[in-house]
Amino acid sequence: MADKRTCLYEKHLAAGAKMVPFGGFEMPLQYSGITEEHNAVRHSCGIFDVSHMGEVRISGPQAEALVQHLFTNDIAGAPVGKIFYGMMLYPHGGTVDDLLVYKEGETDFFLVINAANIDKDVAWMQQNAAGFDATVDNLSDVYGQIAIQGPKSEAVMLEALGIDGSDLAFYTFKKVEAQGETLIVSRTGYTGEDGFEIYGSHAFTQAAWDKLMGHADVKPCGLGCRDTLRFEVGLPLYGDELSEEITPIMAGLGMFVKPDKGDFIGRDAVVKQKAEGPAQKIVGIELASAAIPRHGYEVMADGKVIGSVTTGYRSISTGKSVCMALIDATYAPLGTAVQVCIHRKTHDGTVIKKRFYDKHYKK
Amino acid sequence: MAKTIEGLYYSESHEYVKVEGEYGYIGITDFAQEQLGNVVYVDTPDEDDEVTAGETFGAVESVKAASDLISPVSGTVVEVNEALEDQPELVNEDAFANWIIKVKLSDPSELDALMDAAAYAEICH
Repeated sequence: MADKRTCLYEKHLAAGAKMVPFGGFEMPLQYSGITEEHNAVRHSCGIFDVSHMGEVRISGPQAEALVQHLFTNDIAGAPVGKIFYGMMLYPHGGTVDDLLVYKEGETDFFLVINAANIDKDVAWMQQNAAGFDATVDNLSDVYGQIAIQGPKSEAVMLEALGIDGSDLAFYTFKKVEAQGETLIVSRTGYTGEDGFEIYGSHAFTQAAWDKLMGHADVKPCGLGCRDTLRFEVGLPLYGDELSEEITPIMAGLGMFVKPDKGDFIGRDAVVKQKAEGPAQKIVGIELASAAIPRHGYEVMADGKVIGSVTTGYRSISTGKSVCMALIDATYAPLGTAVQVCIHRKTHDGTVIKKRFYDKHYKK
Repeated sequence: MAKTIEGLYYSESHEYVKVEGEYGYIGITDFAQEQLGNVVYVDTPDEDDEVTAGETFGAVESVKAASDLISPVSGTVVEVNEALEDQPELVNEDAFANWIIKVKLSDPSELDALMDAAAYAEICH
């Protein structure tokens, strides 16, 4: 099957982007270069086409109960406008997907899921909605989405689009009327910097992209730097640090799993794993050498293989060779000496915190 | 438009050999560095290591990916370009000036299997 294209596809080609397949879509990997784009987001402002992300609306009298059943985080009693990060789990505790839940109203929730998982997630939600008085609507083909990321995002969004985000706290959203439609504007992102994400029609998304591109402080950014940015601040990517085999507990994301809220799918398994401690954990590793650890490379200790790299780079912001890896939990304590096999050699490394660079979110 | 230099030998995997007497300087072509983007690390063999035509001798890495370096010729590594250790970006600045290894050729007839600049330019698109 051919990869899908977002509503901004033609604009990426016109801007000279290098296109790659990702999550079933043909997406821009980079425009001017990953390093330059990465630095633009850390220090100024970058915009991303994230229209490939999936959107689902769950509505109805029992919408909240259904979300609570599917989702690890606790949305009970939350005010309208609040956003939650969390996961959907299989009964054995493995991860179906990680996602955002936007509370639009007492009976309406907007869920943002990973592009590669749209079909699987929607089927999962519908299958588990049986018995709940709620509807699950896949709106992934309806919405375009642009992420505006970096310290200048608030000013850029106001100047280029006339949308004021100054009243939005981190992980909240509002609805904005523009050009005859209702946009969803949230203070969220996947870079570790301040920023916004705007969900609107394809027509709005195309027009907004052009206006943003006309702003002097804006650089178009591809998935290449989206990955280096999220990696540096220790954010997981489904498929690397979370998967059907990797639970949020293994990934160190237990703070987004709330067993006290009551029952949800996978609860028993993660409660058990939390109590016993997982056999494997996602850790950070810093190498002493300049060699670059990549996804799939083996991690060794005491002369044996103890796991493998999930994501690794020469960190653009710090210059260090660092990676996240899924390893035997025995070796997970900070400071443990490990080795990573890169090409034909082994390179010494140390287990460190998997936040390699500090986040700069707006409170 | 990627440049090529007359007088060098080129492989299909985008390495070049610049021959001086019994020695060959091996690097990646301008086309290869363009395709890779920002080079952030070059993995090299050590001096006195043997390299074999058609086999991997190292890797050149961009932010996103590692690409194997395939030796166009066989021989013994007599020198490694140590400047690339601290400044891998030199490969982007001038790929032909910044060779990666210098080898003593063990079988100069292997050069006959490589392309000249004109033939190589044909495959770069």
